[in-house]
Amino acid sequence: MLAQHLPILPLLIPLFAALLQLFPWGDNPQFYRRIIGLVSCSGLIVVSVILVLQADTATLVYAVGNWQAPYGIVLVVDRLAAMMVLLTALLALPVLVFGCYGEDNLGSHFHALFQFQLLGILGAFLTGDLFNLFVFFEVLLISSYALLMHGGGKKKLRATLHYVLLNLAGSALFLISLGVLYGITGTLNMADMALKVAALSGDDAAIARIGGLVLLIVFGLKAALLPLYFWLPQAYANTTGTVAALFAIMTKVGIYAIIRVFTLIFGADAGLAAGLGYDWLWWLGLATLAVGGLGVLGSRDLRLAIAYLVVISVGTMLTTFSMANERAISAVLYYLLHSTLVTGALFLLVDVIAEQRGKTASRIIKGRKLAQHGVLGLLFFVAAITVIGMPPLSGFVSKLFILEAARTGAQVALLWPLVLFSTFLGMIALSRAGSRMFWHTLPGKATDIRHAAGQLATIAVLLIGALVLTVLAEPISAFTNAIAADLSHPQRYIDAVLQLTGGSYE
Amino acid sequence: METLYAITVGTLTACSVYLILRARSFPIVIGLTMLSYAVNLFLFSTGRLVIDQVPIIGAGEHYTDPLPQALVLTAIVIGFAMTAYSIILAVRVRGEFGSDEVNEPNYQADKEDKR
Repeated sequence: MLAQHLPILPLLIPLFAALLQLFPWGDNPQFYRRIIGLVSCSGLIVVSVILVLQADTATLVYAVGNWQAPYGIVLVVDRLAAMMVLLTALLALPVLVFGCYGEDNLGSHFHALFQFQLLGILGAFLTGDLFNLFVFFEVLLISSYALLMHGGGKKKLRATLHYVLLNLAGSALFLISLGVLYGITGTLNMADMALKVAALSGDDAAIARIGGLVLLIVFGLKAALLPLYFWLPQAYANTTGTVAALFAIMTKVGIYAIIRVFTLIFGADAGLAAGLGYDWLWWLGLATLAVGGLGVLGSRDLRLAIAYLVVISVGTMLTTFSMANERAISAVLYYLLHSTLVTGALFLLVDVIAEQRGKTASRIIKGRKLAQHGVLGLLFFVAAITVIGMPPLSGFVSKLFILEAARTGAQVALLWPLVLFSTFLGMIALSRAGSRMFWHTLPGKATDIRHAAGQLATIAVLLIGALVLTVLAEPISAFTNAIAADLSHPQRYIDAVLQLTGGSYE
Repeated sequence: METLYAITVGTLTACSVYLILRARSFPIVIGLTMLSYAVNLFLFSTGRLVIDQVPIIGAGEHYTDPLPQALVLTAIVIGFAMTAYSIILAVRVRGEFGSDEVNEPNYQADKEDKR
């Protein structure tokens, strides 16, 4: 009985956790709220592991309220969605544990907002309906607006204002593109829309293409593609470590949406709208890579440098995705797993470093010696070589997959130099930051702020995730290959949702 | 009717874009509100404009599409909450910085760093 409702559990768990956390819990509410949050995140991991195992055998389709597609809203758990849900859950638990060591006291309702944020992210991954995707985008945006302000302060206020205004305009564009697509196809179900778009001809196809490109702008804004990335460095650099680490998955929501929509609706089988936007993604992705590399090098603050590393990762993923072959998509997905975990770890780590350094905080200048010099130095070293892509950890493996995916001469000629050069710039920037912060310290006593072992362990856990990705590279890349094969044959998804050949839902 | 409708949506959008580009928080908030009105009207029209019909198949000769109405309702609710939040944020920014310019040229991070 419960197994049948499994696909909706990743939404119900954070929703009810958040509602419970909003209750007044007596004298020591934070204690109960932490417990609820941790239970919810642990539960999510269990559910998402089961979902991954089930989705590997058959795509699960859950018709909410038993209104069948294409009329009702469906949740679709295919391999891609299941993997993204698992990744979110795996990121959320360590980040929440880190936050429970005091950062959650900086502002009110941190825990409820955290759960609502998870609800929005997971919903965006699971839904099979475009308008529902908009709604979940809004859920995650509303909670991210509030989370960005967590802790308060002038810089956060300024960054949040920019972020909110930009995303409000983005939401309006999202609705316009939905209106255009609905007006032409008469459906909002993604699988159904894929069929309808493929059958369009003449002016209708042209209008659908316009709608699709507006959609690309919206997703590009969420993913932080070049002309639309300016909100990201300020927003990520000014917020607290836990929030920034959780936001490591947020740009990936945009990338997921691009991958989903532009393989399913505007993929190779889409008739006159086939291959829409791939050229744009290729050139803008390359430009994003270049700008991100320069940004990392030019950052005088470690947080800002890591925010630009996120920009680089976005450029890498979208450029690789636009090559549109199965190997490329598989490489993107492997890189996505790696980059989410390691960026999350880096944001948490910078928070710890900044706190221990005291007045100099995260600025890349000479400062006092850290209290936990050895451990933090080691963590930073591991995180840095992983994120840059030096052997032996997952960054290296994923960059190898990406370089290998470039097939034609033009692809190799542009992708290789840019990826390798941005890697090089990242290496310079991080080694400079590391040597300034850990080696060229001021003489004298170390600072006296120490962090609990548990808090540092959460960072280590995220980095161990990167290690696991390296050790299990073979089975994991087999899984991402299977996802890439699914995405290259959108008919499988369509059949499962519309039950053309009998889905798994009875 | 279609022409009038299109002109209305277009004018609203044009005005909102102008207001958003003013780069001061209050015009931007007003602009975004107008943009959301324009978008709602646009969404409403995607089910085709029909007068005096019920959204039930078979109740009359023609019917009106109920789905855009549901979509607009959702969009209104979300837009309303967003507007409220952005107004509060704009007021806070005005209070903290003493200016409603979104990109105040004199604003520098060093002010806080020097402390």
